[in-house]
Amino acid sequence: MALANIDMNKSGARAASDVPLLEIKDLAITFDTQGGPVNAVRNAHLTVMPGETVAIVGESGSGKSTTALAAIGLLPSNGRVSGGQIIFDGEDITNASSKRIVELRGNSIGMVPQDPMSNLNPVWKIGFQVKETLKANGLAGANSKERVAEVLAEAGLPDAAARAKQYPHEFSGGMRQRALIAIGLACRPRLLIADEPTSALDVTVQGQILDHLDRMTTELNTAVLLITHDLGLAAERAEKLVVMYKGQVVESGPALEILRNPRHPYTQRLVNSAPSLASKRLQSGKAKEALAAAAAAGTVEVAKPADVKKADAVAHAEEIKTHKPAGRGDTILEIKNLTKVFKLRGALGKSTDFKAVDDVSITVKRGSTMAIVGESGSGKSTVAQMALSLLAPTEGSILFDGVEVNTLKGKALFDFRRRVQPIFQDPYGSLDPMFNIYRTIEEPLKIHKIGNAKSREKKVRELLDQVSMPASTMQRFPNELSGGQRQRIAIARALALNPDVIICDEAVSALDVLVQAQVLNLLNELQEELGLTYLFITHDLAVVRQIADEVSVMQKGRLVEQATTDEVFNNPQQKYTQDLLNAIPGASLLV
Amino acid sequence: MSENLTPENEPRKPGTATPRLGKSSTRVIEHFVAPLEETPLAAVDKVDESGAPLSLWAEAWRNLRKQPLFIISAVLIVLVVVVAAFPQWFASVDPTSCTLDNSAEGPRSGHPMGFTLQGCDVYARMIHGTRASLMVGIFTTLGVLIIGGTMGALAGYYGGWLDSILARLGDIFFALPLILGAIVMMQLPAFRDNRSVWTVVAVLVVFGWPQIARITRGAVIENRNSDYVTAAKALGLSRFSALVKHVLPNSLAPIIVVASISLGTFIVAEATLSFLGLGLPQSIMSWGNDIAAAQPQVRNNPAVLLWPAVALSITVLSFIMLGDALRDALDPKARKR
Amino acid sequence: MLMFTFRRILQLIPVFFGATLLVYFLVFVTPGDPIAALSGGKPMAPAVEAALRAQYNLDQPFWVQYGLYLKNLVTLNLGQTFSGQEVSAVIIRAFPVTARLAIMALIFEAFFGILFGVIAGLRKGKLFDSTVLVASLVVIAVPTFVLGFVLQLVIGVQLGWARPTVSGTAPWNELVLPALVLGLVSLAYVIRLTRASISENMNADYVRTATAKGLSRRRVVVVHILRNSLIPVITFLGADLGSLMGGAIVTEGIFNVPGIGNLVYQAVLKGESATVVAVVGLLVIVFVVANLAVDLLYAVLDPRIRYV
Repeated sequence: MALANIDMNKSGARAASDVPLLEIKDLAITFDTQGGPVNAVRNAHLTVMPGETVAIVGESGSGKSTTALAAIGLLPSNGRVSGGQIIFDGEDITNASSKRIVELRGNSIGMVPQDPMSNLNPVWKIGFQVKETLKANGLAGANSKERVAEVLAEAGLPDAAARAKQYPHEFSGGMRQRALIAIGLACRPRLLIADEPTSALDVTVQGQILDHLDRMTTELNTAVLLITHDLGLAAERAEKLVVMYKGQVVESGPALEILRNPRHPYTQRLVNSAPSLASKRLQSGKAKEALAAAAAAGTVEVAKPADVKKADAVAHAEEIKTHKPAGRGDTILEIKNLTKVFKLRGALGKSTDFKAVDDVSITVKRGSTMAIVGESGSGKSTVAQMALSLLAPTEGSILFDGVEVNTLKGKALFDFRRRVQPIFQDPYGSLDPMFNIYRTIEEPLKIHKIGNAKSREKKVRELLDQVSMPASTMQRFPNELSGGQRQRIAIARALALNPDVIICDEAVSALDVLVQAQVLNLLNELQEELGLTYLFITHDLAVVRQIADEVSVMQKGRLVEQATTDEVFNNPQQKYTQDLLNAIPGASLLV
Repeated sequence: MSENLTPENEPRKPGTATPRLGKSSTRVIEHFVAPLEETPLAAVDKVDESGAPLSLWAEAWRNLRKQPLFIISAVLIVLVVVVAAFPQWFASVDPTSCTLDNSAEGPRSGHPMGFTLQGCDVYARMIHGTRASLMVGIFTTLGVLIIGGTMGALAGYYGGWLDSILARLGDIFFALPLILGAIVMMQLPAFRDNRSVWTVVAVLVVFGWPQIARITRGAVIENRNSDYVTAAKALGLSRFSALVKHVLPNSLAPIIVVASISLGTFIVAEATLSFLGLGLPQSIMSWGNDIAAAQPQVRNNPAVLLWPAVALSITVLSFIMLGDALRDALDPKARKR
Repeated sequence: MLMFTFRRILQLIPVFFGATLLVYFLVFVTPGDPIAALSGGKPMAPAVEAALRAQYNLDQPFWVQYGLYLKNLVTLNLGQTFSGQEVSAVIIRAFPVTARLAIMALIFEAFFGILFGVIAGLRKGKLFDSTVLVASLVVIAVPTFVLGFVLQLVIGVQLGWARPTVSGTAPWNELVLPALVLGLVSLAYVIRLTRASISENMNADYVRTATAKGLSRRRVVVVHILRNSLIPVITFLGADLGSLMGGAIVTEGIFNVPGIGNLVYQAVLKGESATVVAVVGLLVIVFVVANLAVDLLYAVLDPRIRYV
């Protein structure tokens, strides 16, 4: 009898490999807000088989995190499951008791959160935070200290035993994320929910951490529910994709098939816009028309945009050059041997020098886009600040139209400001929340005493039109606009003074993919129309491909490589540049 | 971050550069596409034009209007202000015409709260005492806002040695508790001999400004490096204009909250000083003075002490409640996105 | 850590000198003659006046006077009261009483403040939370002297549970009621601070991660929410000790507690400058030391501070 029972269980376990580990059926999640209940998720369904990696892809607000967190009972306090079922390993846990959920967390379902900076408790040592995970799930054993070190070492943390005695603030971002992965996998869960596990990290670190996570979960046969906004990354890491849009699943299926043959219009849009999958520079409207004419004459398959892109890449580069109006091409901004040293205050009034920018020279041609690429701490933003004359260089010079920027004072500096304008990264921080849109765009005109009230209003209308915003936006306030819309307002403000150069400091990094594509297109159209020069600061090589003519790669304050975009992408000279290129997720999937 | 050896800083191992080609599953995975009519596609990033434009202040006001705490405190404050401005509307009896015949008498018709030991009408004195308390509260708050606000804004915005000096200066005044400092200062001959609403205001401002300075400094520091300030500078706005036009308006919310609560505590401080015999002179009718005068009789005739105390407490409470309601309405965390 | 301590001490030195200088300036140098005040405005023999001036160093330049005052403050050579007692002796008698009172008030506000604050913070928006919030507002609004009188009247006189006034030796049990009154306003602040801190931490990312690890609710609350939330509360309490001692004047007056608050108040009324300056100087020292202690405590509680 007993033997028979065991046998039954065995066969049951064998069969279980074809039983979904996690099954979400018709899930609906409702948030109670001040303005009444909001349906964040509707009719969501997905299945995760044991050992399988499933990615949920969507933009912010699509309900992708909410869906995944519901599976581990971690909805915010105002959220609740208002319909459907969550089944884990055959057990309906939709309305499981809190005791049962606590049992499941950690050893059955683990989690790796998004932001490594805020997800470790700052007042406890790393080791303590790992140990309590083991303890809570009854896995600490007698040698808990050694086990903690083992778990941390598995996650790729060097010198784990010593590191366990440190506090989170002594760790770099990548190391913290490794600690969080260690915590998430410490109790060998069968399912790991990884919520944008690397989007807060530098690109080259991202790749390494994902590789490591991949290897570990494969070894342990852990199923992974990966949540990401990056279609390329999802396709590269998961067997199965679930695309969410406005709280609903719009498409799901095998990752590579969806990528190559998206059927839902939203997915098609995503595939077309994903910067990591793009392989050419954006085209302006005119260039597109020319291309369309060519396409009509020949036979270009529209269903395979990737092929079009590839075939067109070289030809188009030529085309752009020939289309340039006269007067373009001469040097407008010349950065020569630029160095910036910051004094870091140390112990006892001693200060150490920190070279943020080290002997950097960059030449920007009028009407072109120069991208400066680098990871955090590469000094790229410091260069931008100096080019804007908001920060004085320690050494070297910046020539704008042949005039030294550094020594500008008074009226001359004031006039310089008119010609060089910035656009910043954070769309929520770059507009004064107290100013309505009209005042925001009018401000530069007022400061420079251009026109009267009436002509200024006309100009503001024109500018709004240029950035494709309705004139009715004038009376609105920044808090009523989305990130992409704010960024367009910031562009309008920058354009108000008819500048020659616009310095974009990570101007699209904080935006969702589709919005990002929209803003990049806008920037590109404006460049064509107004002959603008862009200095484009970014960490994302994928974006560079879409917008830049030339690229300068910076690492730790130094310039490591400089060439045209095509050269850099096709034939990178430096190992570091190659690393950056490899870090673009999904780059090799469509080619 | 110190220069610790992180795995990220290590040279990459060979072999990791091989292109990642994605995973394919041995399982059959169904390719599902949601019907279009169920998930209509909206234009990318369309401006939401439903609803009238709303500034942050308008939004705060809309939130405020719904808070009972705000409604109650606003009604009370309006009432107190009207009483202070036109006490004769509320009390027909002259609070200074006192006859010992009525000494410590209980309530009777026309005198709902009875009489003091001197035979003055308690209700009339309570009504007429409003003005002094309110004036001290309002003018002290104004003074503190001007001095503390300026100091804090300059210290926070310019930083460096100016910040260090102003911070230490604030600490010096902070080191003396408000009441203690006020007591010491009020006994200076110059103040003792000219006691009036203005001397009390002056003393409270001297010891009250560091708090507002600290709050302002913090708020200004939070805003001074915002991108919109940098953008304004890049547009050619001078450093000082950026402070006035952009940084200060955005720093106002916490300052208003603290100022509202401080107004209440300054009224308490005035009453305490008057109670100790160091605040307003006897010739000015005030709640603090009346409470002090009633104190010896508290065991026989507690009502005489109680009524001005209740008036005082309700006034202070309404300002503190206002501050609390404002804090909720102006909270940047609550209103962001 | 050592560097941190050193820097904080360095920053507190100007505060100490500034505050004592301020008080000294206020009491001795402003228009009005302390010697005339000594005699109660009656004419005085020139020789006596000169002797008094010399005794209080008033014949010296201001900086010398201030220097001597500081020296006297440190060596506890504080001069005499009008009744001929050594000021230092009077202070030594009064100081422990106030210290006892302040510590009792501190324990009271810490215990109930944290208790109520934690419950309110964990159950934000519930009945207990709203009640505690409104009650704390009322407590802040009602002036201490009114509260003092009411409690004295109700608990001391009508119910007879405690002595309405404190006797000369000020034993612990008689100080319970005054300590309650003294700590009540701070109690309200501790409740509000704890509540705000708790509810902020409840939404912290690391708390969600801790929950996801499979920890019990109880452990999440105690180890992750409480520990982090109490850091600002504890530092508030530390700084409050100084304020309580300086702010005890009113409470000591009502309950006739023979502490330094009462002492300084009587001295102010009598115009006894030597005592005023000495006590205020002492309180500044207490304030400065309490602040230093709090900073160090902060560094112990929050590992991030140590390396700043």
